[in-house]
Amino acid sequence: MLRATLKSLLSRKLRLVLSGLAVVLGVMFVSGAFVLTDTMGRSFDSLFSSVYQGIDVNVTQKPKVGGDQDVGPSQQGNIPAATLDKVRAVPGVASVTGDATADGARVIGKNGKVVTTFGPPRLGGNWVGTSDLLQLREGRAPAADNEIVVNVTTAKSAGGLKVGDDVGVLTLQPGKKVFKLVGIFGYSGDRDSLGGSLEVLFTTPVAQELMLGEKDVYSGINVTAAAGVTNEKLRDDVAAALGGEAGGFQVKTGKQLTDETTKSFREGLAFFNNVLIGFAGVALFVGTFLILNTFSIIVAQRTRELALMRALGGSRGQTLGSVIIEAVAIGLIASVLGLAAGVGVGVLLAWVFGNVSGVALASVGVPAAAVISAFVVGLLVTVVAAVLPALRASRIPPIAALQEVATPDRPLTKLTVSGALIGAAGGTMLGLGLAGQGDNTLWLILGGVLVSFIGVALLTPLLARPVVSLLGRLFSWSVPGKLGRLNSGRNPRRTAITAAALMVGLALITGVNVILASAKQSLSSQASTQVTVDLIISGDGDDNGPAKFDPAVMDAAAKLPGVSSAASEYWDFAQVDGNGTGISATPDMAAYASMFKLTATEGTLQWTGPDQAVIDTENAKKRNLTLGSTMTMQFTRGEPHQVKIVGLYQRSDVMGGTIVSGDVVKDYRSAQPSWGYLRVSDGASVDAIQKQVDQLLVDNPEVSVANRAEYVDAQSAQFDQLLVMIQVLLALAILIAVLGIVNTLALSVLERTRELGLLRAIGMRRAQTMRMVTVEAVVISTFGALLGLAVGTGLGAAVVRALKDDGFTKLAFPWSQMATYLLLAALVGVIAAVLPSIRASRVNVLQAISHD
Amino acid sequence: MTASVATRTEVAAKAVDVWKIYGTGEAQVHALGGVSVELEKGHFTAIMGPSGSGKSTLMHCLAGLDAVSRGEVYIGDSKITGLSDRGLTNLRRTKVGFIFQQFNLLPTLTAEENILLPLSISGRKPDQAWFDTVIETVGLRDRLKHRPSQLSGGQQQRVACARALVSRPEVIFADEPTGNLDSRSGAEVLSFLRNSVRDFGQTIVMVTHDPNAASYADRVIFLADGHIVDELHAPTADAVLDRLKRLDKAV
Ligand SMILES: Nc1ncnc2c1ncn2[C@@H]1O[C@H](COP(=O)(O)OP(=O)(O)O)[C@@H](O)[C@H]1O
Ligand SMILES: [Mg+2]
Repeated sequence: MLRATLKSLLSRKLRLVLSGLAVVLGVMFVSGAFVLTDTMGRSFDSLFSSVYQGIDVNVTQKPKVGGDQDVGPSQQGNIPAATLDKVRAVPGVASVTGDATADGARVIGKNGKVVTTFGPPRLGGNWVGTSDLLQLREGRAPAADNEIVVNVTTAKSAGGLKVGDDVGVLTLQPGKKVFKLVGIFGYSGDRDSLGGSLEVLFTTPVAQELMLGEKDVYSGINVTAAAGVTNEKLRDDVAAALGGEAGGFQVKTGKQLTDETTKSFREGLAFFNNVLIGFAGVALFVGTFLILNTFSIIVAQRTRELALMRALGGSRGQTLGSVIIEAVAIGLIASVLGLAAGVGVGVLLAWVFGNVSGVALASVGVPAAAVISAFVVGLLVTVVAAVLPALRASRIPPIAALQEVATPDRPLTKLTVSGALIGAAGGTMLGLGLAGQGDNTLWLILGGVLVSFIGVALLTPLLARPVVSLLGRLFSWSVPGKLGRLNSGRNPRRTAITAAALMVGLALITGVNVILASAKQSLSSQASTQVTVDLIISGDGDDNGPAKFDPAVMDAAAKLPGVSSAASEYWDFAQVDGNGTGISATPDMAAYASMFKLTATEGTLQWTGPDQAVIDTENAKKRNLTLGSTMTMQFTRGEPHQVKIVGLYQRSDVMGGTIVSGDVVKDYRSAQPSWGYLRVSDGASVDAIQKQVDQLLVDNPEVSVANRAEYVDAQSAQFDQLLVMIQVLLALAILIAVLGIVNTLALSVLERTRELGLLRAIGMRRAQTMRMVTVEAVVISTFGALLGLAVGTGLGAAVVRALKDDGFTKLAFPWSQMATYLLLAALVGVIAAVLPSIRASRVNVLQAISHD
Repeated sequence: MTASVATRTEVAAKAVDVWKIYGTGEAQVHALGGVSVELEKGHFTAIMGPSGSGKSTLMHCLAGLDAVSRGEVYIGDSKITGLSDRGLTNLRRTKVGFIFQQFNLLPTLTAEENILLPLSISGRKPDQAWFDTVIETVGLRDRLKHRPSQLSGGQQQRVACARALVSRPEVIFADEPTGNLDSRSGAEVLSFLRNSVRDFGQTIVMVTHDPNAASYADRVIFLADGHIVDELHAPTADAVLDRLKRLDKAV
């Protein structure tokens, strides 16, 4: 039995290659993700261990904001210089170095633009001399207040800085400062940076002032142990000397720091890994359709063979077994190939990543997770997809062997009913997930989408006949077109499942598109109805929050003739009543309220003293706050503030939450605004004022001034990037769907060899034959696309409806985008048809018509 | 002599010293070993012979479906040996029609669409009067909207005949057109073929191994081992059977 199975396996190479390829691609994606993240993880491990090389014990202030379970990165408090002396006095201490480093030193490159990174920080710190780790490559150490050194990566990214250049740097203090570059440094092992970080080192007093905002303070203290003292002992001694827990310090060994950094980084990587695997899951889901189809076809074609086996005494179990064995064989081979390809892809991506980020790559390894997932996924998907057809095969009565095998045209009632039920279940899950607020909502939504897809896929055969015949009318002007259309309607199940595979990817893309288009439209309608701002100053941000600019610009802008009112907004992470959150502050609440058309429902929207706040009524209710209640707010620096609520307002689609009085921003990480809002008086030219404000911003290259329309566009641009990324990641699912079309067509051509021969015998040209096959492909692919567009629109609309309260006030359909997808799908059909149609046109008339 | 000879020698298709050799070396098969034959216009010619004697091969070579190893084939006045795929397609569109033993029709098309298929493929308009005549002759008027699966084997074969006739080719080639039919349906198809020769002057070449079928023809050519060994004019079934028996003995 086994030998018979394997033999027939080999005799259907093409189809096996195609369906195997779907599994290979999916497995490749999964194992590639594991290899990539594993290599990256180990690369960073070795990087982090060297970052803290030479530090035995490190002291920092307990962060006032952030850190543990928080939204933002931890914001270190400053340590007074006197603490260094305390540490120095601890027995067992060999040396003590004060570190004055913070993220946010942004070098302005040769092109006048701020140098950016793909995530690594832009550190500004104090020069403490060379070490085993840090080496001067060129020039000398900074000695005067106007001198800096930068690492090689910074010099390169800024467009080739040279020793002696004047370099503009933005720090956490307002305004651009210009320094003389006196040296360029690198790290041991010939590294230009540590993990792509950009570093600017000042003299210690300058670093303290610009990066920490205070004189004579440090962000951390690095300690080395004297000979014979263990790091752990030294840590405990230093901690004790600084007052233990109550002293407000965190004392850690270098190894602890390494482990912590590694751990948080690994968590980030794990998330990244999950995203990749999510997309691989979509691809594999689509691949399942393809394999299911292939096995149904194989079984249908082998009805006689299988029935003969049954007639000769084979049991149902053996029939079932023979199909499953095929599935296992394909799954195994595909897993091995997929794993190999995945390792290749992972290595390639890691190499690209290493080159872009400047991180030295660890040796490539294949983690067990990659191997296990490859085989589990590959085998599981294949066997699951083969089970249904196998069951059907086992039910073939032996008598079928003796009869002429007609393609069974079973009624679709059962399928339709189960499709409707499953679709309804999926819709319900989706609805519950979108409406719910619990922890399981994401799973409910994802599960709902998945189940809905299966439901729709089951309903597709029912739709196939009418839709396909309708679609096909477009092509019926030519005889080959008509024949192609008729062919695509011949086996509604096969057409349907092939189209459904394409549907999945397109539905997801369309859904995301609908959501983003609605977001865009909501944004622009809100901008025009709920905001009275004419010009907005803003910029992109990084991990530490949105870009900031010099508050002096706002003062100057407010005085420009034609500017009728101005308001600025500051932003930082803070602990509010113990919870980490981002918080906005504005010095002039009245102006701010009028910009956003906010009106007081209680109290006033105006500051009458320091430490005041306004809050929207919904949030107030949720947090049990009323007019006059106080909130305890801890900002990055300083002592906690008791902030009193002086007004409540009705939230709008663009504005909600707590806004604090401007006096608190002195305790912000950087006392610079992130947004400036200007209103232009009637009759004045917005354009002219925009140009003037632009001039005011020359020393603030991270922000720019935009009118309302430009601002909305710039915000939407982020959506477009997101969309491109999702499209790229879903391309794999679409590719697999295309393989499915190729597979189905190749099969049709094979099955209809006789017909093709007949057609050629009665005068059909090669080109006409090719056109006939192409029309069949295009009908299938546009059918799939239409399904995808319909389902995606439904999904997107459901999500938008569910997010109505979160600012999605408008439901918009990206018609032109959708039309593009439809056209692309038709093109995909044409491409998928290339090989099968060539094959069809090469059919040997004689062999085709000569029977037996 | 002139007039009658001229008519008699007007040729619809001819083979001149045609060889067809399959395989090489030990496994070489001479399916046709130097066959020369002329098939007259307006005649119903049957090709007979034992199984494996080269009947189908000869027909395929005459119809341009297969390339000859040596020799030349003409349809009407034009030589078809060495034509390109495009040339052969043109030939099939205008000059020849086919009736096969089975799988003659496209299952997706109705009988009428199947009949008109050769014309629509080549973008020609059917001649309505001729179409009606053909339909009347094959007696399919009330079956035109049916699909092949709704027709009996005999009806399907008659549709195939109508399809071959409707484009008025110079020659219709039929390979065992009644091989799969019961004797009554077979007789229907055969008399229909004979009538179209008699009434419309259609030229038909039919391969068969059934003496009864051959008796409908004007002329029977006997093949054995790739050679023409005999022929009969205005045959009866008994005469054909008699010849066949003699051939079998000779082989
Ligand atoms: N494609 C082929 N390859 C090799 N030999 C063939 C091929 N087609 C036919 N033959 C051989 O040529 C001879 C004639 O075949 P054919 O014309 O089909 O005979 P008939 O139709 O009279 O039964 C036979 O011996 C057959 O085996
Ligand atoms: Mg034959």
